[in-house]
Amino acid sequence: MSSPAVLAEGLVKSYGEVRALAGINLEVAEGSLLGVLGPNGAGKTTAVRILSTLLLPDAGHASVAGHDVVKDPDAVRASIGLTGQYAAVDENLTGRENLELVGRLLHIGRKEARIRADELLAAFGLTDAGGRPARTYSGGMRRRLDLAASLVGRPSVLFLDEPTTGLDPASRIALWEVVEQLRRDGTTILLTTQYLEEADRLADRIAVIDGGRVIAEGTSTELKDRLGEDVVDLRVADAARTAEAVEILRDLAATTPRAENAAGRISLPVHHGAGILAEVVRRIDSAGIEVAELSLHRPSLDDVFLSLTGRDTTVVAAAQPAARRRFGRRSANPETAA
Amino acid sequence: MTATLATRSARTPSLRRTPAWIVTDSVTIAWRNMLAVVRNPQLLVIDTVTPVMFVLLFAFVFGGAIQTPGIDYVTFLMPGIFVQTVVFGGTNTAVGIAEDLQKGVIDRFRTLPMAPSAVLIGRTFADLLRNIYVVIVMTVVGLLIGFRPTGTPVGFVLALVLVAGFGYAMSWLSANIGLRAKTAAAAQGAIFIPVFPLTFASSAFVPVETMPSWLKPIAEANPVTLVVNASRGLFLGTADTGTVLAAAAWIVGIVAVFAPLAIRSYRRR
Repeated sequence: MSSPAVLAEGLVKSYGEVRALAGINLEVAEGSLLGVLGPNGAGKTTAVRILSTLLLPDAGHASVAGHDVVKDPDAVRASIGLTGQYAAVDENLTGRENLELVGRLLHIGRKEARIRADELLAAFGLTDAGGRPARTYSGGMRRRLDLAASLVGRPSVLFLDEPTTGLDPASRIALWEVVEQLRRDGTTILLTTQYLEEADRLADRIAVIDGGRVIAEGTSTELKDRLGEDVVDLRVADAARTAEAVEILRDLAATTPRAENAAGRISLPVHHGAGILAEVVRRIDSAGIEVAELSLHRPSLDDVFLSLTGRDTTVVAAAQPAARRRFGRRSANPETAA
Repeated sequence: MTATLATRSARTPSLRRTPAWIVTDSVTIAWRNMLAVVRNPQLLVIDTVTPVMFVLLFAFVFGGAIQTPGIDYVTFLMPGIFVQTVVFGGTNTAVGIAEDLQKGVIDRFRTLPMAPSAVLIGRTFADLLRNIYVVIVMTVVGLLIGFRPTGTPVGFVLALVLVAGFGYAMSWLSANIGLRAKTAAAAQGAIFIPVFPLTFASSAFVPVETMPSWLKPIAEANPVTLVVNASRGLFLGTADTGTVLAAAAWIVGIVAVFAPLAIRSYRRR
């Protein structure tokens, strides 16, 4: 077992009174993709900035590609690529010049920088636009160019800080495919996101962070299993009787049930879902409560996040309401938009 | 999507930082910043029109009202306008750096194993070239409307070197403001707080003798006055070595203080 490509131990960072990181531990095995999932302000970007040598931690220790981020930043910089939340492209330069600029600053030689720029333009479908100033690019093209720029040095470790925030669905899926390709090519990736489905689709392991620390870590399946095997979702026709229904069902739940009283919705994490479904129906029916909707499903990451943070995922989703609405849960099939 | 994305075959980034990187990386950054000017012809037009407008306004609007004993006002004015223009030109450094910071371009540079000082050296060098271009344009316009330097050709060139050098020094001062500003607009506003008194409480546009007695010593100590007087003397062939050396010392001193300060604040993580 080789040492992890990214290792963060007890990272602490405060901005004045605000404690952005409260002792965060992260580990990304070589060639794997860790999804760092958390709401705005959870500390995702601060963690990425420390790991990519942009920021010094107040305490703790971190290494990337075997190099200490504090003591040997140049060695780290030669091994990493970073794509941030905003496309860091030079708008006055053409796409090709942007990539050549990075290549020259990586000291790979002008000729190699040119070859690499052409390669990446082709790989990202930007060959035709390569001669145009980046300011004429669409948001999706800029983000692709930005990602391409972070790949010029063939980094062994890639940091993607909310790479799809603000992208339209088609661009988002195109970006996911690039990330999957990079991961297949053996690049170690740390990806932060506030989209549960993004982590679900891309990540080998997921670290859920909140308030500057990791509150859960595991594979998507492991995280979901923590909640119970299944979730019964139920909507009562008369929302005023939601609380009553919860009380009737409470002892069937594997963990605390959730209710949205205004909408009449109840989520019940359960073991042995199929067997319990009949019991749920029997109890509700005998109480004379009318059921409008009833379903049984595997827990989603939304369910997990909610139970971990005790907060509604709408807090998370609020930052990107439109994108989230459009994306919903039908995100698993990349072919639809490709 | 091909497999060319991450294959680790060809040349990988060089790890060993050498002092030569400061030069090569600075050239790369200067190239990048020059491209920005070339790509924005509007900028170049503004760069050209603004100083020409200043020359014409001062020469014809104030020219009649301001008495400059023993010398034609246009000839008196030109060195002052040159210095004012390069000082204003130096403010571009603050705005450019603040913009790069705001857009995340500086973050990208900071994650590259390049010479950190090159981002600032390249930027100030590109701004120097821009200033030199503007000064050449203004010289031509000045000569057309009656600027009559009577000194030697060497003095003429030295005067322009002093002017451009002072603009370069102001770029480094300006870089410090750009690195601390939260936005490009804030940088633009902040930089003019020192720049306006520096240029106007000086001998750039009027003889210092005409100023009130409390202002006179301040204006006389102002480095802008020294640089203006030195280049004026060089243009006219009346320069005394002391003034020229003092002006040169100011330029060197400003760079020696503000360049390391700027580089330090750029490197701070």
